[in-house]
Amino acid sequence: MEDFVLLFRQPDSDDSQVSATEMKAIFKKWDDWFGGVAAQGKLNNMGIRLNSQGKVLKAGGVITDGPFVEIRERLNGFIVVKAENLEDAITLAHGCPILDINGTVEIRPFFMNEQREYNLLSGKSAL
Amino acid sequence: MEQERDALKALFQKEFSKMVAVISRQFGLHHIEIAEDIVSETFLLALEAWAVKGMPPNPTAWLYKAAKRKTLYHFRRNKILEDKIIPELTSNQEKSSEISELDFSQQNIKDSQLQMLFAICNPAIASEAQIGLALRILCGFGIDEIVEAFLSNKETINKRLFRAKEKLRAEKVKMELPPENEVDKRLDNVLHIIYLLFNEGYYSKTQNQILRKDLCTDALRLGTMLTEYEKTNRPKTNALLALMCFHASRFGARQTNADPVVLFEQQNQELWDLPLIKKGYFFLNLSAQGDEVSSYHIEAKIAGWHCVKEDTNEKWNDILHLYNQLLLVNYSPGVALNRTFALYKANGRQAALIEAEKLKLENSHFYFILLGELYKDLDANKAVFNFRRAHALAQTDTEKQILQAKIDSLLSK
Repeated sequence: MEDFVLLFRQPDSDDSQVSATEMKAIFKKWDDWFGGVAAQGKLNNMGIRLNSQGKVLKAGGVITDGPFVEIRERLNGFIVVKAENLEDAITLAHGCPILDINGTVEIRPFFMNEQREYNLLSGKSAL
Repeated sequence: MEQERDALKALFQKEFSKMVAVISRQFGLHHIEIAEDIVSETFLLALEAWAVKGMPPNPTAWLYKAAKRKTLYHFRRNKILEDKIIPELTSNQEKSSEISELDFSQQNIKDSQLQMLFAICNPAIASEAQIGLALRILCGFGIDEIVEAFLSNKETINKRLFRAKEKLRAEKVKMELPPENEVDKRLDNVLHIIYLLFNEGYYSKTQNQILRKDLCTDALRLGTMLTEYEKTNRPKTNALLALMCFHASRFGARQTNADPVVLFEQQNQELWDLPLIKKGYFFLNLSAQGDEVSSYHIEAKIAGWHCVKEDTNEKWNDILHLYNQLLLVNYSPGVALNRTFALYKANGRQAALIEAEKLKLENSHFYFILLGELYKDLDANKAVFNFRRAHALAQTDTEKQILQAKIDSLLSK
């Protein structure tokens, strides 16, 4: 089993108009999805959920309110899962509620994993 | 006659842990075996004396008096008192106490038992031995009963207990409460042992119902003891008590359930113990003080819902949410299975089937029973297939028979 980070991104949008009932439904969707990953024993870390507000510091000391990346999409948060391989990690990402609102799940192995593969390919020692 | 014997047995069991704790507190945990022997001898003496003269008006006081005399005699005779114990007494409290006389006041009994609870639940002891030792020293169970509770044999249990006591000595475990900054961490271990004791009774392998109920009652008693002391009366302590009350309230209803395989079927709710349910809510409210959410909090809320008769959408949605939370703090295959059942009740059969197929808990017959039940009304072939796999994995004849009946009834449709 290896660790993968699932990064949740969604189109930048104004959430202030969402009703309490809708919020509850969204909350339940996420709750059930996390529960489903955890039930498979594959949730390693609940990660961090990010506030939609914040600042961006750019070269030359320029500070903006966002957007946080150039396309208007914002990082929502992340979790860490345990999976057999990248394929398996992608399977886990299916059904993620972020996909329902045109968001994306980015599946990324840890740096160490890539490094080890690189070393193996180039014949270097694992250390 | 039998009634009288049962009453005596109950009295001895209750007093055993108190007396061993008081003697051990005074003479040190090193001598815990001597304390056990003295108490057992005192009981023998009582049986002989009471058989001739009849039960005294205050049997407990009689026992304490006899134990005092025996203890003094023992330690004097062996000169242990002068040669070993006095030099060993280190803590001021122990030094200043009156060595020649055991103190069986209510307060000292309480303090000694609490200290014993922390001593036995010391993380240095392997957990299997710990439960055995807890049953013996904290609950006053005899070796035969411990053997029965674990479905083990005398030799194994004796060895386990012996090793645990050796460990107490090797680690120099003392009869004292942990320092203030460690109480919280050590409390986790104590709560865990009480939780295991309770589960040992509630989900026990043994068919001996009296023994099982005793175990649950004792776990409740130990938990209640912790709430009587300010530093251990924490939200998580109350959460564990709430959990045990809710479960124990359905003990009678579970017993009459002749079908151990039917995990999810309704119980006879007439048999629920309502005062215990009320007590459960009392502790659940206390557990809500502060921000801490332990797994006991989550489990207590789930158990609380199971004491609500009506099957509402709100109930199963909340149970599902609680199982989702529980999985995040405490994954186990059993929790994953229960969560999937809650998913079925809250979100429907299809949703549950998709998730159930992902679990792949292929060593567990409960997994295949759940799949079989979920497929039952959708796809009889798949249901039969899963019940057959469960049948192959089932451990008892009763389970196999019940599964065979399920298969037969599906095939005859």
